[in-house]
Amino acid sequence: MHIVVCIKQVPDSAQIRVHPVTNTIMRQGVPTIINPFDLFALEEALRLRDRFGGEVTVLTMGPPMAEDSLRKALTFGADRAVLLTDRCFAGSDTLATSYALAAAICKIGETWGVPDFVFTGKQTIDGDTAQVGPGIAKRLGLNQLTYVSRIVEVEPSSGRLLVQRRAEGGVQELESRLPALITMLEGTNDIRRGSLDDALRAARAEIVTWNAAAAGIADLSPCGLRGSPTVVKSVFAPKPRAEKAEQIATAGTAPDEVADAAVAEIFRRLPGLEAELLS
Amino acid sequence: MTEDRFDAIVVGAGPSGNAAAYTMAKSGLKVLQLERGEYPGSKNVQGAILYADAVEKVIPDFREDAPLERHVIEQRLWMMNEASHTGIHYRSDDFNEERPNRYTIIRAQFDKWFSRKVREAGAVVLCETTVTELVRGGRGEVIGVRTDRDGGCVLADVVVLADGVNGLVGQRAGLRTELEPDTVALAVKEMHFLPREVIDARFNLKGDEGAVIEAMGTVTDGMVGTAFLYTNRESISVGIGCLVSDFAQSQTTPYQLLERFKRHPSIGPLLAGSEVKEYAAHLIPEGGYKAVPEICGDGWVVVGDSGHFVNAIHREGSNLAMTTGRIAGETVARLKRSGAACTRANLAEYRASLDASFVMKDLRKYKDVPRFLDRTRQVFGLYPHLINQASQTWFRVDGVDKRTKEREILASFRKSRSLGGLIGDAIKLARAWR
Repeated sequence: MHIVVCIKQVPDSAQIRVHPVTNTIMRQGVPTIINPFDLFALEEALRLRDRFGGEVTVLTMGPPMAEDSLRKALTFGADRAVLLTDRCFAGSDTLATSYALAAAICKIGETWGVPDFVFTGKQTIDGDTAQVGPGIAKRLGLNQLTYVSRIVEVEPSSGRLLVQRRAEGGVQELESRLPALITMLEGTNDIRRGSLDDALRAARAEIVTWNAAAAGIADLSPCGLRGSPTVVKSVFAPKPRAEKAEQIATAGTAPDEVADAAVAEIFRRLPGLEAELLS
Repeated sequence: MTEDRFDAIVVGAGPSGNAAAYTMAKSGLKVLQLERGEYPGSKNVQGAILYADAVEKVIPDFREDAPLERHVIEQRLWMMNEASHTGIHYRSDDFNEERPNRYTIIRAQFDKWFSRKVREAGAVVLCETTVTELVRGGRGEVIGVRTDRDGGCVLADVVVLADGVNGLVGQRAGLRTELEPDTVALAVKEMHFLPREVIDARFNLKGDEGAVIEAMGTVTDGMVGTAFLYTNRESISVGIGCLVSDFAQSQTTPYQLLERFKRHPSIGPLLAGSEVKEYAAHLIPEGGYKAVPEICGDGWVVVGDSGHFVNAIHREGSNLAMTTGRIAGETVARLKRSGAACTRANLAEYRASLDASFVMKDLRKYKDVPRFLDRTRQVFGLYPHLINQASQTWFRVDGVDKRTKEREILASFRKSRSLGGLIGDAIKLARAWR
């Protein structure tokens, strides 16, 4: 079984500050970590590998310093790490990112075997879009299973897959088929502590580094800033509300009475609201 | 147990461990360095001043890419009481040299750089890996270490213990005793951020020039200790430290002392308007020569703070750490080249090299100073008062003639400390200093 796990190096959100004037994140001197949601994906992948055999390849797209997160992923026990790095990827939004990652996963498939699973975290803590995983699934034609809280059954021979997915109002149990892309929900497992051999291997491992050409990307127009239709036009901090909350005291204790009294009081204080709502 | 076997295992990635690992890896040895912190330097705390000479002897061209803050051109030594300080300043344009002698640094950055050099030299560096114990062979010789990771045993010809002031690995292995509270100081420090121009203006600096203040006196509340203030590029490190035994007895907390020091009229204006971004504490081995434990045995050597290699009088530590690390590394590399085993007898070369170096010469020179300070508490209370009082009497112009002022000053000394006491303290100091 071959499993690809996409991870992202992100600033440690516990230690970042927002620039008071530009409202952008001040990344300077802020330690970087593996996107915490990705660790749940990585652990799930490692468990599948331990159960069914095979290999886990971790993949990231980022600047050369993102190598640190890949090496860290190797200390947890991943078998191989691929860094996709090229200036032409700079400024990628989720559309351009999923394009580049999908191409790299194809190349990984050609080189080390077509993956049965692609894992990502449910979202990153710096972008918060949760779009890259689904983007990759769509581009590669993988069955897309998002917000997965538990992998219930996997039958590699038949390709049958049963997972639990958190949905609004409950848990869905979904049956699907491999190959699949799974975005893992937080809190589903605890990342393991790699053995001494894992750590030694990670310290010495050669990180496979690909630029766009090496990843087999011939058409650069969907890459980077050029291939990114999303533009951050401005960033602003929400204004704190001027009005303070007020408490409305009511006489009764029965829920109906309390509600009626509260609504009546609101209508009394905001004349015109009742007419507006009823019109 | 991992099948990998190394020529040397270095426990710890501070200045001494890095110097040892770098030296051995550069000599072609197969080196494994184990660090318990998340990254090299994450557990390390220092004032911090970097002594170029000691680094240069390990990495001659370190100035090219090491993260350095300012080079020190001015040294101030202050004797403080509650309202004043009397001091010596030495400032020289000679320190604006091509290869400056001392730098202020931020350890988290410097240690990362140093560790990168160690890796580039060929050593394998593992972080987040704690050495839990030493593995021994049939004759009791050290043959490797056990770590807290699964399958966590790894063997080597020699283990370099650069495990820091607490020396937990060596202690657990029975190679050394537990720290004595009166041989170790607890120091706390804060990083105060200020714009570069403000620091330049407040300390009369330009470019990368830096100033450092070392202070003693009533700021330590009668306890044996010192305070400091170092200028970094865009921040000021300010801290204070005293013997742990004194803290235990006085029931004063380190942060109370630091708060008081920061509010001192001589210090407050230097820090005004700054933003504190970091607070750290660390133990410093200050027992000196007499506290140095056994530093080598069959299959092991001790370097840096773990060996109590700190010259507390001159506030030097990291240079002794790097020097002991380098010399240990050179010794091991030499033994390896000549095909000799790392036995106690062969590693005694390390001790001999240290004895011939400034490390042991300085520690030996000041071997009696800790005892002198412990027994002459006047140094931290009475004398700072008398000296500052004398300064004030001398500099205040108030119609009193100078001869009377001289007499007043002498009388104040003799009144609070008899002539015999004064002479006795002077002789004791001279003896300890010798």
